Amino acid sequence: MQEKNNIPEFNRETLDLVNQIIKRYPQGRQKSALLPVLHIAQSENSGWLSPEMMDYVATLLDILPIEVYEVASFYSMFNLKPVGNCVIEVCHTGPCWLNGAEKIIAHFETRLGIKPGETTADGKFTLKTVECLAACGNAPVIQVGTEYHENLTPEKADNLLEQWKRENKISHTNPYL
Amino acid sequence: MATQILLKNIDVPGLAEIQVYRKLGGYTAVEKALKTLSPDEVTDEVKKSGLKGRGGAGFPTGMKWSFIDKQSQKAKYLVCNYDESEPGTFKDRHIGQLNPHQLIEGMILGSYALGANTAYIYIRGELFYVLRIIEKAIAEAYKNGFLGENILGSGYSLDLYCHPGAGAYICGEETALLESLEGKRGNPRIKPPFPAIVGLYGSPTVVNNVETIATLPWIVNNGGEAYSAIGIGNSKGTKLISACGHINKPGIYEIELGLPVEEFIYSDEYCGGIRNGNKLKAVVAGGSSVPILPANLILKTAAGEPRLMSYESLSEGGFQTGTMLGSGGFIVMDHTACIVKNLLTFARFYRHESCGQCSPCREGTSWMEKILMRIEGGQGTMKDIDLLVDIAKHVEGNTICPLGDAAAWPVASAIRHFREEFEEHVKLQKCPF
Repeated sequence: MQEKNNIPEFNRETLDLVNQIIKRYPQGRQKSALLPVLHIAQSENSGWLSPEMMDYVATLLDILPIEVYEVASFYSMFNLKPVGNCVIEVCHTGPCWLNGAEKIIAHFETRLGIKPGETTADGKFTLKTVECLAACGNAPVIQVGTEYHENLTPEKADNLLEQWKRENKISHTNPYL
Repeated sequence: MATQILLKNIDVPGLAEIQVYRKLGGYTAVEKALKTLSPDEVTDEVKKSGLKGRGGAGFPTGMKWSFIDKQSQKAKYLVCNYDESEPGTFKDRHIGQLNPHQLIEGMILGSYALGANTAYIYIRGELFYVLRIIEKAIAEAYKNGFLGENILGSGYSLDLYCHPGAGAYICGEETALLESLEGKRGNPRIKPPFPAIVGLYGSPTVVNNVETIATLPWIVNNGGEAYSAIGIGNSKGTKLISACGHINKPGIYEIELGLPVEEFIYSDEYCGGIRNGNKLKAVVAGGSSVPILPANLILKTAAGEPRLMSYESLSEGGFQTGTMLGSGGFIVMDHTACIVKNLLTFARFYRHESCGQCSPCREGTSWMEKILMRIEGGQGTMKDIDLLVDIAKHVEGNTICPLGDAAAWPVASAIRHFREEFEEHVKLQKCPF
């Protein structure tokens, strides 16, 4: 992504992807591409949707900025505030809770020194609790970017954390690629 | 071994690739339909099959299709509901991930029957890795002439696309899904008009669940009658059950409808019994929104008949002593599980997922969560228990979409069957578990 005078702009490759997505909907219905394009925009903007980025998406789809804001604020996968490089989302709905989700959340809290909703001081990790990820048979489950990690145990969580620290994990990659 | 329609080849390596799928008989249903059957004949087979929508509501699929306004000059759409998010339900994820071509083949058959030339698969945003697998399979289907212009020289054309959601359970409600597909907030629409008349972009639209659509190739290949020969009563065919919680073998099982619940829970072919030899306490049989039943009532009806995995048997006794098959999300709890805490996680879920459009749901889900937090946290009173029942009663049936009901039923049923456990929390001023 390039920025001119703080106005974000996708590179050619990303714009091609956006235009290809817009063509999936009938002419005049380009607003339908809003959710897919917001996913891409978030991945291009360090994992969150800034007002400038949402305005840019509005121009791409030829809709009003308010049409973007009202949608971005409705869906839980869109972050309207900055997040860490690696966002760890822990499911805590019934089936995951029955299989020890609270233990997993507490483990991440201890290891990272933060509570759900917070980001570590070095900006590397954000911890979030989320509702059902539809993988209840392998509970407890966490999501990081487009990856699922299932049948989680504190040991598995430690191994993942080690790995993410080692590779400076970034979870907000373009979900289409 | 029960008939396998959805999971038959699921373990075959490379099933997601079109050559492997075709070697196993894939896309023969599309060839049969496009070369020898009219769209109405495909619909007739689906009607004859007795297939019901597998997303949870259980509405007969053929009948849903027959509501479509065929005379309309507008484009018609088939939309696949892949917004699987009902807690306890994780069956559809499997289909797209491991057998995407069966879903695509079903989409072609359904679209042909409905006269749709454009179709969408609306998949929950969290499942982007599954979306990528399906998009790869769609590209293969285009390349092999099963999608695009003039499919197999039949004159019929179809474009198929995936569309990601972005984290909203409510988009599993079909009109909220259509709003979301149009790039809006997922607020359910007031019905009527139903989507078959005014759906996507104001056009006639059918929305069907993944499992429903993936069943269509088998029905076209084998005939509706063969499908309706499987199952029991009005519960025809097979059903995917996603079993989780305190069982030895959590997973996805394809059962013939009519299997005894007891066999499903205890047989090694299915759940393999309760973990650690523990005692069965309760089951939520069809996804988080259906009424919870205690062990005695899930294994046998109030009349003492063995309870079966079927639409009729699970709802035997109404909500007083029965429940629903729902989506097939089967959540099992052993004697160590706290009913109040489990319910609290469901209440939090529904509060989080309410779109906020209707006051009874927006406010009611929030009140129910707060009161349950109070009871679970040891600050509840006996009056709180009655208050919960009262709120649930006033949310149920008073909202535009069924999310209100879905939030109310778990609360009402948990108190109906486990009132002593709520009272114990109040008396002890803490959670006894």
